Amino acid sequence: MAYKLRIKFNKYAHMIFIGHLDLMRYFQKAMRRGGVDISYSEGFSPHQIMSFAQPLGVGIYSDGEYMDISVNSLTSEQQLKDALNGVMSEGVDILSVKLLADKTPNSMASVVAASYFVAFREGYEPDFDLAKAAADFYAQDKIMIEKETKKGTRTLDLKEHIYSFSYDPDKNSLYMLLDASSGGNIKPSLVMEQLYREQGRELGEFDLIVTREDMFALKDPDKPGVFISLGEIGDSY
Amino acid sequence: MRKLALRDEILLKVEKPARYIGGEIGSIQKNMDQVSIRFAMCFPDVYEIGMSHLGIQILYDMLNRMDDVWCERVYSPWTDLDEIMRKENIPLFALESQEPVRGFDFLGITLQYEMCYTNILQVLDLAGIPLLSTERGCDDPIVIGGGPCSYNPEPIADFFDLFYIGEGENRYGELLTLYRKFRGIAEDGRGHFSERKNEWDREGFLREAAKIPGIYAPSLYDVSYGEDGCIASFTPKYDDIPAVIEKEMVEDLDSSPYPTAPVVPFIRVTQDRMTLEIMRGCIRGCRFCQAGQLYKPLRERSTQVLKKYARELMKNTGHEEISLSSLSSSDYTGLPELLDFLMEECGRQKVNIALPSLRIDAFSLDVMNKVQDVKKSSLTFAPEAGTQRMRNVINKGLTQEDIEGGAREAFLGGWNKVKLYFMLGLPGETTEDIQGIAHLANDIAKLYYDTVPKEERKGKIQITVSTSFFVPKPFTPFQWAPMDRPEMFTQKAAICKEEIRAQLNQKSIKYNWHDADTSIMEGVFARGDRRLCKVILRAYEAGCFYDAWTEYYKHDVWMQCFEEEGIDPYFYTERERTKEEILPWDFISCKVSRSFLWREWEKSKCEEVSTNCREGCQGCGMAAYGLGICPKRK
Repeated sequence: MAYKLRIKFNKYAHMIFIGHLDLMRYFQKAMRRGGVDISYSEGFSPHQIMSFAQPLGVGIYSDGEYMDISVNSLTSEQQLKDALNGVMSEGVDILSVKLLADKTPNSMASVVAASYFVAFREGYEPDFDLAKAAADFYAQDKIMIEKETKKGTRTLDLKEHIYSFSYDPDKNSLYMLLDASSGGNIKPSLVMEQLYREQGRELGEFDLIVTREDMFALKDPDKPGVFISLGEIGDSY
Repeated sequence: MRKLALRDEILLKVEKPARYIGGEIGSIQKNMDQVSIRFAMCFPDVYEIGMSHLGIQILYDMLNRMDDVWCERVYSPWTDLDEIMRKENIPLFALESQEPVRGFDFLGITLQYEMCYTNILQVLDLAGIPLLSTERGCDDPIVIGGGPCSYNPEPIADFFDLFYIGEGENRYGELLTLYRKFRGIAEDGRGHFSERKNEWDREGFLREAAKIPGIYAPSLYDVSYGEDGCIASFTPKYDDIPAVIEKEMVEDLDSSPYPTAPVVPFIRVTQDRMTLEIMRGCIRGCRFCQAGQLYKPLRERSTQVLKKYARELMKNTGHEEISLSSLSSSDYTGLPELLDFLMEECGRQKVNIALPSLRIDAFSLDVMNKVQDVKKSSLTFAPEAGTQRMRNVINKGLTQEDIEGGAREAFLGGWNKVKLYFMLGLPGETTEDIQGIAHLANDIAKLYYDTVPKEERKGKIQITVSTSFFVPKPFTPFQWAPMDRPEMFTQKAAICKEEIRAQLNQKSIKYNWHDADTSIMEGVFARGDRRLCKVILRAYEAGCFYDAWTEYYKHDVWMQCFEEEGIDPYFYTERERTKEEILPWDFISCKVSRSFLWREWEKSKCEEVSTNCREGCQGCGMAAYGLGICPKRK
């Protein structure tokens, strides 16, 4: 009997410099250190049943990362949280654990949107009126851009992939909810590049401090546009 | 939260920023209020290499067990960061605190191979520590070297304040106590320490430290040279400084500290696994092998203790693989028991067992069969020489029958990949010896086709022959031996290649050989003297570093630096030394007697073999200490 669990965690401090593959290896080791009764695949080199909602780029902070694991026995949400938090490095905390129903699609398959908080690195703040620029940017009916893909460049309407967009005057920062589906994933830097371009500026490589705040699935597969946080799916146990 | 030494912009620009951020599981943070001594432990190569080294983990663990000592790690910044640090004047920092190394009390540098010597200068330079010991003052850390290359520290003597000769477990306590005394560091009885004196007697400290067994202070010795270019005298400057420095060795491994909660890197490193050091030393008397002499006598850890360590390592690291470390694991008496235990424990915890190069026989094949995928794994043999004659010269007790016997069993068990390791340029080597490498490889291929019936073969036999060039090392019977010129090496590799191509089974044999130029340079530094310090300094200033990395090794620059300093590199490699010559490392004793080594050198010339320590004592001098495998003292 195996149980599917969804683990929500964050990423900050020096851990933002750890790439996705290394983070996976980090968690594989953490499972062993924490004594988690995780399921393994069969074969000569068995691996842990573990999958992540979506890779997070190096240098990006997060308050809402998810991985799904399969375990052979159940303890409790609190017990698993404590076991893992007891063996974490500074920079990753386990925020919550949910028990998923057998038929729940895994996070990688179900993620369709992600929310981001975009601030500016000290000394790299925009030299234009960000509030106005953001308002003008999002007021457009269409935001046509050229996106580089593996198959070459294609033209797309960015606006269709931005589900919400707002400016925070207190923090001189932006909130955005973006398409994170496997076919239409949009990075916040792509949005910001276009916003800068429209101001006649070029976005610098290190200008932004990006935090992924959360990731979302469709609340009802038949109703596009209604989202539920990946962390709200499943039950406490 | 720790503040990182490098700005985000830099970390996002360089390759593998995880090399520089510290904070790994098992890395140690301490409260500065309770720390009296700060120790930076450096492996002068890139993080992934340095993090794979067990010795550093042992010392890191040992020093951090001392409550008031904070030992941190330092590695060579890779070339991309090196450039940025120089341009922006960012001082080299230690990983744990992210604070500049220059402010530490000690900078320990492990010397694992000769080709890292320019990286020592890189580390000192980036740290802002004067490269020459004579130019350092009260504000500079004490720079101390250790590890195998410290058994001939002379080519880098000018860059170090001290060297520690031998196993690090023994004398650091004493050395640090002496340091506290000189710096006026006292504890107030409540775990807090007084401020250190800024003006202090650094030279006095070095002089006192030189009296601690195993500690060598190069500045306290005078060297003079004769007209033939050889050393005429090597003497301490003061009467109270020892003329000979004896290596330190651990008496009982079971009671010495072992890191069962080592630092677990975030990124994949070269040896990305748990390591169990099952024993130190080696009973085999291979005449080319330096480690075999330096780590004598053989001392085993008990199986009991190793089982406990294995469990703790799994619990503390979460690594998915465990490996055994020793010079010759098949000689460990508790091997069957230990492997049985590991197979059971690791099977339960889904941990792989990486097998060290075990002697290939029925027992090891059975183990390999259980823990590896036979289809993917290969057999490794290190005959080191192609003919029995040459194997007798080097006292490598592995016969063609041994190899064929092991290979036959393996072929029947389903293996069809074989790796063979050899050396070219061994003393007294003939063309027949070189060609013998090809013949041996061919014989093994033939054996496969004779042993395994056609219908049972799972593909062709794949044999990989690798040759390296022999580099004579101090404290081996070959320390007096001449070394070939690079053009000789290239010729010899060509002979070997040609003969392999002439074999019936040549299509099954792949041949790799090592670069000749770096082997020569390794030979120069291995047996060099103090006059080489200025060549190394010049080469570093001319842009040489990461010499161990073929893509960064600049042979032309090195050769030019030798010329500019008026030093002939071949003086150190080509000469056969006489018994009387004062060798640059003669002031060090590895407790194996010079007369024993000379005897072995003579025997090698007569192609005469010596028994191993278990079969019969060869009287190397080690028995006087009654440790490990040596007969107990009465």
